[in-house]
Amino acid sequence: MLILNCPYCGVDADETELAAGGEAHLKRHGPGSSDDEFHGYLFARKNPRGVHFERWRHAHGCGKWFHAARDTVTLEVFGTYPAQTEGPPKPILAAIEARRPGWTLD
Amino acid sequence: MLEPVSALNGASFDGLARIEETGLQGMITLRGDLSAKAVKSAATAASGVRRVPDQRQANVSGEKGLCWMSPDELLVLCPYGAVAEALEKMQAALAGSHALAVNVSDARAVVRLSGPAAREVLAKLCPVDLAPAAFTPGMFRRTRMAQAPVAFWMDDDESFRIVCFRSVAQYVFDVLKVAAQPGSEVGFHARPEPV
Amino acid sequence: MSTRLANHGRLIDRSATLGFTFNGKAMIGHPGDTLASALLANDQLMIGRSFKYHRPRGLVASGAEEPNALVGLGSGARFEPNQRATTTELFDGLEAISQNHWPSLEFDIGAVNTYLSRFLPAGFYYKMFMYPRGFWKHVYEPFIRQSAGLGKVPTERDSDTYEHFYAFTDVLVIGGGVAGLQAAKSAAQSGARVLVLEQTAHWGGRAPVDGGSVGGAPVEEFVAALLDELGAMENVTLRSRTMAAGVYDHGYVLGYERLTDHAPTQPGPRHRLWRIRAAQVISATGAIERPLSFAGNDVPGVMLAGAMRDYAVNFGVAPGKRIIVATNNDDAYRTAITLRQAGLDVLRILDARDTGGGALMNEARALGIRIDCGRAIGKVSGGKRVHKVQICAQNGQGGALEAVECDAVAMSGGWSPVVHLWSHCGGKLLWDEAQAHFRPDPQRPPTGAGGKGFVTTAGSASGALSLAGVLRDANEAGKSAAQAAGFKPKRTRTPQAEDATEAPLEPVWLMPREAGVRLRAKTWLDYQNDVKVTDVQLAAREGYESVEHTKRYTTLGMATDQGKLSNINGLATLSQALGAAIPAVGTTTFRPPYTPISMGAIAGEARGAVFQPLRRTPMHGWHAEHGAEWEPVGQWRRPYAYPRTGESVHDAVNREVRNTRQAVGLLDASTLGKLIVKGPDAGRFLDMLYTNMMSTLKPGRCRYGLMCSENGFLIDDGVVARLDEDTFLCHTTTGGAERIHAHMEEWLQTEWWDWKVFVANVTEQYAQVAVVGPKARQLLEKLGGMDLGAEALPFMGWSEGRIGEFDARVFRISFSGELSFEIAVPASQGLAFWSALLAAGHALGVMPYGTEALHVMRAEKGFIMIGDETDGTVIPQDLGLDWAISKKKDDYLGKRAQARSHMTDPERWKLVGLETTDGSVLPDGAYAIGPGVNANGQSNTQGRVTSTYFSPTLNKGIAMGLVLHGPDRMGEVLEFPGTEGNTFHARIVDPVFFDKDGEKQNA
Repeated sequence: MLILNCPYCGVDADETELAAGGEAHLKRHGPGSSDDEFHGYLFARKNPRGVHFERWRHAHGCGKWFHAARDTVTLEVFGTYPAQTEGPPKPILAAIEARRPGWTLD
Repeated sequence: MLEPVSALNGASFDGLARIEETGLQGMITLRGDLSAKAVKSAATAASGVRRVPDQRQANVSGEKGLCWMSPDELLVLCPYGAVAEALEKMQAALAGSHALAVNVSDARAVVRLSGPAAREVLAKLCPVDLAPAAFTPGMFRRTRMAQAPVAFWMDDDESFRIVCFRSVAQYVFDVLKVAAQPGSEVGFHARPEPV
Repeated sequence: MSTRLANHGRLIDRSATLGFTFNGKAMIGHPGDTLASALLANDQLMIGRSFKYHRPRGLVASGAEEPNALVGLGSGARFEPNQRATTTELFDGLEAISQNHWPSLEFDIGAVNTYLSRFLPAGFYYKMFMYPRGFWKHVYEPFIRQSAGLGKVPTERDSDTYEHFYAFTDVLVIGGGVAGLQAAKSAAQSGARVLVLEQTAHWGGRAPVDGGSVGGAPVEEFVAALLDELGAMENVTLRSRTMAAGVYDHGYVLGYERLTDHAPTQPGPRHRLWRIRAAQVISATGAIERPLSFAGNDVPGVMLAGAMRDYAVNFGVAPGKRIIVATNNDDAYRTAITLRQAGLDVLRILDARDTGGGALMNEARALGIRIDCGRAIGKVSGGKRVHKVQICAQNGQGGALEAVECDAVAMSGGWSPVVHLWSHCGGKLLWDEAQAHFRPDPQRPPTGAGGKGFVTTAGSASGALSLAGVLRDANEAGKSAAQAAGFKPKRTRTPQAEDATEAPLEPVWLMPREAGVRLRAKTWLDYQNDVKVTDVQLAAREGYESVEHTKRYTTLGMATDQGKLSNINGLATLSQALGAAIPAVGTTTFRPPYTPISMGAIAGEARGAVFQPLRRTPMHGWHAEHGAEWEPVGQWRRPYAYPRTGESVHDAVNREVRNTRQAVGLLDASTLGKLIVKGPDAGRFLDMLYTNMMSTLKPGRCRYGLMCSENGFLIDDGVVARLDEDTFLCHTTTGGAERIHAHMEEWLQTEWWDWKVFVANVTEQYAQVAVVGPKARQLLEKLGGMDLGAEALPFMGWSEGRIGEFDARVFRISFSGELSFEIAVPASQGLAFWSALLAAGHALGVMPYGTEALHVMRAEKGFIMIGDETDGTVIPQDLGLDWAISKKKDDYLGKRAQARSHMTDPERWKLVGLETTDGSVLPDGAYAIGPGVNANGQSNTQGRVTSTYFSPTLNKGIAMGLVLHGPDRMGEVLEFPGTEGNTFHARIVDPVFFDKDGEKQNA
């Protein structure tokens, strides 16, 4: 039962207030994309053991989507941040690097 | 003249705490840039309160007030009969800005929960820290009550106003009744008298 | 015989008595007794029979770790099986029955299993029931089902109530013994909020039984003073009768409070499940004594030494009068001393250590107790109670040196910390060679959201076994937890305890060390599951090297006690059999709950009327009063039909359809989702969400639209009305409002966040009524108000105005093919509007109709239904809805996916109408048989029924289905097998069965 801080309303939200939305920072491929691109966008997920960027919605709360950087093994949360971004922001990356020396964003 | 009917028609229950539907409450959903002057003045003009609440705050006095719903949404409270006029004022203030103001008075129900055990009754149903030091009058919280979405604030240290969708008003009332059943005192936030 | 002692009994009130029954026999106990102590006081030594061999079993422990004394409690709606007698507080009128026997506890036929035990080894079930294969169904399974299961399932609905409680705390202390209380105090002194949970009704844990002193005063006084101090602290909450059941991620802990188990006539909920969030958790769960492994260690009267001491000190009862104590450590001497001081005969202390113990040994000797060092129990004799003990050398094969008649045996194999709660969320363990137990490794705690440890242990749970060590450890634990929770601990001194210096323990995993197979086959490791030393050794021989596999193979450590007593002994036996060190073999995984919790507590308030939210429209009450049969649609309840007195539901549906087609019907359509989409980019946004073009819709007009997911499948449909240049009103399906609202928000927030669009869900702002049928306009005109003529409000238009005294928004849309007005009024006026329509339409023959009539009418018109024609694998093209897919748009959600090869495959099944050749109704979901068979020899299929009804309009069965090349095969007859061995023949037809040209709806 996770607790994630919603960056929009500031609530330390119990997992039962949240809805999970899978991997974050996917690039949408629409009409005109190749089969491989579209397949990658729609179906291929990293499912890493370790650092992961995820989408969550504060469904029973302010209703906003946000992102969380989390370790899928230890459940350590490196930070949460608004969803209006193409990639993880610098402070989040710094927090991960501080906790996981040698880790790099792929 | 047509008499509008609230979801529970003013039902009430007395247990560990008092539970009562407050009747019809004027409510307007206002979405927009909350830092924009037009949006702020639309909100204050319609609600009659002067200050737009900050994150997770409510600024409510009686039937009038403003509640912070999300970074781009306010809940505007006004007397039920004054909604049309308030909406007109808002539309005027919002002319030319990208915003949405819509009447949701009939889409909701409001339940008041009051008494010394009110915090504990609510804490049986909502995953929120309701300790007197953690949740105080002036704060506003959207969460779930058992399985239904709700929002609430405190009018004073012993009473909450809870807003829910109209269709689940009966459910909300009923789970509160279960939580307020006699004999179910917890004694966590409100200490029982020493025996 | 077991008996009540003349002295001792600190927890019982001898001045009062309580009556209770065991297997119907009336017995007497005192307030403060547990069921276990009261049974002992009534010389009820044998309490149940074991699971597999049905051996007589009695109490072995005094607390949550008890594996044997499981009983059925209560009766009728309050009956509950598998309740531990040791944790059941006695009350007047308690009814208990024993388990696992037939016909009676005293005489049991299943006990023959014990003589067959050599034929029932570990893995017996896996080996025995494999062959011959045919025997499983008719011989083995019925036999196993007959004898399987622990206790009996209740037959009545539980009459009690339950609830949850969400609590937040800085420091949660689990366990209210001296360690927990001391840790709570040192944490609370920092100002942190502290919550202390104690599973029993009493504070202080074992300390008052074990004795010792703190600062010169008896430990019991120290506990009382500590409790007073904590009780006076505003930031401390103490909860007894509350067990911490599990520790989970990010400081989530479940507490299980038993409110009325001890006082069933008290009002209020029976159990309360505490859903706790703690910044820091202190596990002060104490330690559990290990049994010794000797032959006959399961005979009633053989008990853990600590438990025997508990019964004597706390309840003033003893399992016998002539007692032998067997031990490998000093603690058991406390039991011998206590029993001796209580006036019982302690015949012998058999200390497996050649050199015996320390100060306590001398104290025991001074009391005149005979102590034999290097000695062991070779065998305990007795059936339903202990008769005799054969004494042998520990270092030998069990050759009897002497036999001593006695009626009880106290055993101690040392103490193991209760590491369960530490381990639930990933805390790691260390093997402590000196104490021969696993204890928490403080360097590897469970970690929380911040990546740091959130559990510490205090006292015996850390492995500290002396009173002084316990207090020291607990005081530090309290401080460090407070600090980790962000508070500044006070500098305080640990209270100084004085207790006896103990000699080191000597691990004893088998008694005697070289016991032969005959002894080992009567040496129990796991009482609850009847696992013996020989079973674990057999598993090792058969290649079960992993402790997890051995657990499953032998059932060691399973069931309700989860191996609290058997864990370490079983591991040690396995490691010896494998020739490996104990830490290399490791432990099984500790999983919540610590002890079983009630299903009621898990459900909490969610039962009966509030099992789940039931959503009601403003007209719900009217429907209920008028006999509606309900259909659940999501959490809504919609009227399925309104059968009249004496009318079947089917007849009611037919009547409602006919009346709507011929006169006028009313449908409560309030549940349809209504989403306002507003902003300069609203049109562009809706063009992305719907397959068709919405941005070209004119204000005042409506358009039917389809919504697909990004992988092309249909997810919703509905009518969109353009309210003004910037604003659209999107109708969704009944179940779809919240889902589609979330879908819109998701794309706006996470993909097109620079688009200027706001969405609001106004579903419940309106009560919506569909007024449908040839007389619909006539009815509305009776109420008066706005012009609803065909020119003022043509088909697929909407308009706002007043109908009678109601503010209304009217949509000229039709899902039935009839002249139809969907009218939205404020929800608070919904019932009044509905009533006004019924009154105004009385002379026109107005009737309400339900969702089934709605379905029949839409099927007659060939309209698809999300959830019937779609199932998450269907694309609009499958349903012949190409007309609703814009060819002009570059993009919409699902467009790219619909271009994938599988989606454009001409072999995809397509929508058609189906009409049985004899007018009968096709079974729902039936498959059309295709030519040939598949690889499994099953008939191929070439289509399936998606919707099927009896059409009262056409007086025959009609259906829709998806069929291979369907639209190209009009007129062909397909075969659909029924479920009764029959076959239906249905012809492929156009899916529009009624009013193909739409003359009626356009009227």
